[in-house]
Amino acid sequence: MELILALTIGVLFAVAAYLLLRRSIVKMILGIVVMSQAVNLLILTAAGLTQGGVPFVAAPASVADAAPSGLGASAAGAKAAGLGDGAESRLGAAAADPLPQALILTAIVISFGVLAFTLAMSLRADQTVGTDDLDAMKGTDE
Amino acid sequence: MDPLVTCLLLPFAAAIACLLCWRWPSAHHAITVAGMACFLAAAVRLFLAVDAGGVVAVNIGNWPAPFGITLVADLTAAIMVVVTAIIGLAVAVYSVADIDRGRLKFGYCIFLNLMLMGVTGAFLTGDIFNMFVWFEVMLISSFVLMTLGGERPQMEGAIKYVVLNLISSAFFLAACGILYGKTGTLNFADLAIRTKAMMQPELLTVTAMMFLVAFGLKAGIFPLFFWLPASYHTPPVAVSAIFAGLLTKVGVYALVRVFTLIFVGDTPFTHGLLLVLAGLTMLSGVLGAVAQYDFRRLLSFHIVSQIGYMILGLALFTQWALAGTVFYLFHHIIVKTNLFLVSGITRRMTGTFDLRAMGGLYSAAPWLALLFFIPAMSLGGIPPLSGFFAKFAVVKASLRGDTMFPAGAPALAAIALAVGLLTLFSMTKIWNEVFWKAGPADGPPMPRSEQWLRYAPVVVLAALTVCIGLAPSFFFDIALRAADQLLNPEAYIQAVMRRN
Repeated sequence: MELILALTIGVLFAVAAYLLLRRSIVKMILGIVVMSQAVNLLILTAAGLTQGGVPFVAAPASVADAAPSGLGASAAGAKAAGLGDGAESRLGAAAADPLPQALILTAIVISFGVLAFTLAMSLRADQTVGTDDLDAMKGTDE
Repeated sequence: MDPLVTCLLLPFAAAIACLLCWRWPSAHHAITVAGMACFLAAAVRLFLAVDAGGVVAVNIGNWPAPFGITLVADLTAAIMVVVTAIIGLAVAVYSVADIDRGRLKFGYCIFLNLMLMGVTGAFLTGDIFNMFVWFEVMLISSFVLMTLGGERPQMEGAIKYVVLNLISSAFFLAACGILYGKTGTLNFADLAIRTKAMMQPELLTVTAMMFLVAFGLKAGIFPLFFWLPASYHTPPVAVSAIFAGLLTKVGVYALVRVFTLIFVGDTPFTHGLLLVLAGLTMLSGVLGAVAQYDFRRLLSFHIVSQIGYMILGLALFTQWALAGTVFYLFHHIIVKTNLFLVSGITRRMTGTFDLRAMGGLYSAAPWLALLFFIPAMSLGGIPPLSGFFAKFAVVKASLRGDTMFPAGAPALAAIALAVGLLTLFSMTKIWNEVFWKAGPADGPPMPRSEQWLRYAPVVVLAALTVCIGLAPSFFFDIALRAADQLLNPEAYIQAVMRRN
């Protein structure tokens, strides 16, 4: 499974690199978008893939067995200290790691906000410069 | 309230206060300056707490490390927050005179405060993904500040700035993901423990290289710096000044943090590469500057070359070298911001940034000439100003025999000294063109209030440069202790993990 995803990520990075080198601003922005999607997939794959392992924590058998508050029982690598009978309130060994999924969600939201800004900025650039050809925007380079 | 959280919340509170006063833009400046003053007080309080009590850490939401996010301040981070507050206040005061009403109405002060919050968060965080988030906060605010006003050079510069920084963010994120996959944690202290225990540290080198690209793009090392001279001279001067002072240094700080805490298993390769890149950065920056005749573009190339000195200190990886880096960071932020603010005053007086079109300012404004002379000579490394001691520390560290690269380091010392000479050439070129030679008539005279607002930050920053230069041992002792904390991170790890 990792092989297929790794190849997909590679293809996406290649597409992103090609688009980033284009002359039109819009295509370059599309390159940024594809690159962030590739990175999101990379985070998912790098942390290890499982199939069907839903990261739910089973309810404790009784109140006395409940984990003391504060010691996060939801982390996949939870330390054993403090949890007397670990089976009730720990993630199963085959469960998917929820942390990379949280990282990806954060990254998606950030890149969405940034994309909105970048599109508005490129529209304004097109209005001021008169074209979306990047080769015409070398005024600040010399 | 906890000193760390206060430092983060004060610029945020100022931004929210400005948002609440959206309909009265004239109040924004007052709120920002007041907020920056309180932020400076909080930063000094944080520094005193770290100085007296060692590394300070707080778990957000009381989630124990390494599961939750920890805010950590060791001496390096505390020094960076203090200097952020100093130049935040200086630029906030300067902005009152410099920023036109149109930009103010569309949220200049809000984004200035948010950017400073992002910078502070990046300095104080103890979690690498949280650092990514703070980097994004800082970056998006800087995008807005760069493009606010919408003039053509701004948009051209902004395209390059935005795209290259977004690519750097993508690399940062990918590297975070891979690092998490290898070690299972995101907390800096926990990463330090786990990477030290790894059987094959060479496997981490790939991740280290991705972080090098990501932070190197932000810091402006060779060959990743070309967006910097293309964009830093386009926005208004207050914005240029705060970008030049802060944003690249956040990249340098991140490199220091990552290459002293996490990626220390394969130092002959990683730090050797940093050594080579430092030399190339110093040279390419200063050689680019030699050809420039735009005041701010020249200064932007110098940012790059001075970044090379800081990376040199990091690459050498001894206590003196890292102390040199920390001292250099502190000195250079102040000097570079000061030079940009001076360029703003000269622009106000002559109407242009082109060196060839300016002149005669020594007779028109001799005090301004002195205020330029101090940071310029400090940048060039002339005693008794701060730059001399910073360069001295880095060069001496490369000549001592205890570095990892006894063969290569003296070559870097030679490059550093030659680059210092060329930096001095650039500064004297500016002096000749702008102040010494006879020039055209002045621009419109400045009213008294505007003079105060523009000159006060420049005077204070120049005074700071002189003070650092006249009492270097006080500051260098702090830098040595900060370097000791960086090289021996047990105190840092203890402070974070002990919170359990």
